[in-house]
Amino acid sequence: MKHTLPILIRKEVTQFRRNKVLPRIVVMMPLMLVLVLPLVTQMDVKNISIAFIDHDRSPLTLRMESHLAHSDYFRLCEPVGSFEEAEQMLDDGKVDLVVCIPEHFERDLTLGDPKPILLEANAVNATKGAQGMQYALQTIASAAMEKARERGAAIGTEQLLTVENRYNPTGNYRHFMLPALMIVLLILVCCFLPLLNIMTEKEHGTFEQINVTPVGRLEFILAKLIPYWLLAMVLLAVAMLLAWAVYGLLPAGAAALVFLAAFLFALCISGFAVTIANISDTMQQAIFVMFFFVMLFMLMSGLFTPIDSMPRWAQDITYAFPPRYVIDVFRSVYLKGTLFVELWFDFLMLTLLAVVFNLLATVTYKKQS
Amino acid sequence: MNAFASFVRKECIHILRDPRTMLIVLLMPVVLMMLFGFSISTEIKNIDVAAVATRYTTDVRRDLTALEHNPYVTFKGIIREGEVDAALRCGRCSAVVLFGRDGKRHIVLDASNSSLSASAAIYLRSILTADAAASALPVTTFMRHNPQLKSAYNFVPGVMGLIFILICALMTCVSVVREKESGTMEVLLVSPVRPVYVVLAKMIPYLVLSLFNLATILLLSHYVLEMPVAGNLSVLLILCTLYIVLSLFLGLFVSTLAQSQMVALLICAMVMLVPMMMLSGMMFPVENLPPVLKQLTFIVPARWFNDAIRKVMVEGLGFVAIWKELSILFAMALALFVASIKKFKDRLE
Repeated sequence: MKHTLPILIRKEVTQFRRNKVLPRIVVMMPLMLVLVLPLVTQMDVKNISIAFIDHDRSPLTLRMESHLAHSDYFRLCEPVGSFEEAEQMLDDGKVDLVVCIPEHFERDLTLGDPKPILLEANAVNATKGAQGMQYALQTIASAAMEKARERGAAIGTEQLLTVENRYNPTGNYRHFMLPALMIVLLILVCCFLPLLNIMTEKEHGTFEQINVTPVGRLEFILAKLIPYWLLAMVLLAVAMLLAWAVYGLLPAGAAALVFLAAFLFALCISGFAVTIANISDTMQQAIFVMFFFVMLFMLMSGLFTPIDSMPRWAQDITYAFPPRYVIDVFRSVYLKGTLFVELWFDFLMLTLLAVVFNLLATVTYKKQS
Repeated sequence: MNAFASFVRKECIHILRDPRTMLIVLLMPVVLMMLFGFSISTEIKNIDVAAVATRYTTDVRRDLTALEHNPYVTFKGIIREGEVDAALRCGRCSAVVLFGRDGKRHIVLDASNSSLSASAAIYLRSILTADAAASALPVTTFMRHNPQLKSAYNFVPGVMGLIFILICALMTCVSVVREKESGTMEVLLVSPVRPVYVVLAKMIPYLVLSLFNLATILLLSHYVLEMPVAGNLSVLLILCTLYIVLSLFLGLFVSTLAQSQMVALLICAMVMLVPMMMLSGMMFPVENLPPVLKQLTFIVPARWFNDAIRKVMVEGLGFVAIWKELSILFAMALALFVASIKKFKDRLE
């Protein structure tokens, strides 16, 4: 009985290699993840087009206009005559932001009784609208401040405030997203592939055949999972090398931590996949259930939107999601060089979830159907 | 036509025979929609901030109180200067404000998440320079279409587009390939029914299921998630139905290509998921993308759907404003339909 495991593993590897499509998908995935998708992750708002309507044409407002024109964030569009016309452009999506300065603004400002400047943003995308508005306000304010300073007014407290960006001084959002996107690889290889593999055997009836042989259930499942665990680690290494070659991104901390977390995560989700395979009747059903959870994993584990921004109850739910921890480990180790002892909670939770999911997989596994 | 009707009936029986899958298909979108609609927000809130202070002057004390009471900031307390790096590194806080002896203040940000740190810098600046802000310019700001700045207005349509296309594609993607696997494909091919009718018959029962899903999702997003329906309801329904038909054809097309259910499901559930999510403009605005990727989004149906549905639901624009998106979606649906029939016929040779 000792030699059954290697033989079963060989069977799995042969079946995998014989498939025409799977090996290709597995090769394409890291390439897509490292070469294409990080380019999409561009969070900072740029190229906001502004319609600047100046009814004042004073030195102050001209300076505001030039500040806006020279900012990286904005693109001034052709001069617009009226506010109504600009609002129409806002609706048509031709401009994102309208700035309207009332008549005699500078004169009234020095007299102390100015009419307000109107700013209107298209806020269908709330983040973009709000950020654009913030930048515009800051830019206009800085123009006014500069003017005031030239006139010898008091220096604002602004100058006494300094900001330091640590760990990612260039503010490259791609460096933040790239390590986290690698979990997609792990989900593909350790979640979807074993699930589909088991369900194929179930649908073809070979599962029952194995069940009547003396092969133990642990052995059988292990033989299915071990090749995928190894494959996942190899692909992760490839993705990390690619990230280094293309973006110059290397883990600031110990790469071993990345692999340890990835392995624990692989244990978690493969146990999860086996559980779902155990309780499903058909392959389609199993994939629907898995798809449901993968959507939750992708959108609620802090991959794209911060967990801290979610309501309390939703944050509590995410404690049961393994990706939450592995994403945190990947990002912390990659960018901040966080140490093992500082990440103890993540590792503890990953271990705990691995135990829970694999227990579930064992409990739901029945040799007889 | 009689043959067509009996084919539709055959497909219906297939679906009804598996009530568990049907239940999953009907419930899953509802649960996903509710969870995402209520929980996900792209707005940055609850930024964890700690402070280092050596002397508690009135200024410092005033700033500390301001930090404690700001709704966007969660104040994590005072730490020692030596702890700053460790606190940021293990994620206990995302920003530390250091109050210097000379009245200068220094903000250290964990910029690993550059989007969060940019927002944190804006918030902290405005909290800590409250005096300067008071004397600032008089401005009035309007947030058009979304005065309360709900990120749901952007996110809910995005999630809707994602859920529709993937669930519809997952439903139909096994339909043809299952016949191949169970050997009934040969029977279909020698039958006198034309491929057009076989493919359509496979789609129609799923279309009915999907329209039911559409109804629940639209009702929920309007009455529970408080999404506006500013535009014309019939335009909205036409758009969604077209998109659903397109998604079902996408699944059928994958099904005619794939050699096994396994591959078809893998492609629809996993390989398409991530690019769809990232290139549809749901999370990352399309206009920010580099030119090559922007062109890549042209072939992502969800991107056109997102653009159009936002115009109809939030901005309240009519048919004229979305004719471009509608015709692109229509062309895509037609192309997929023709391609799957062609691929289906190919098997005859």
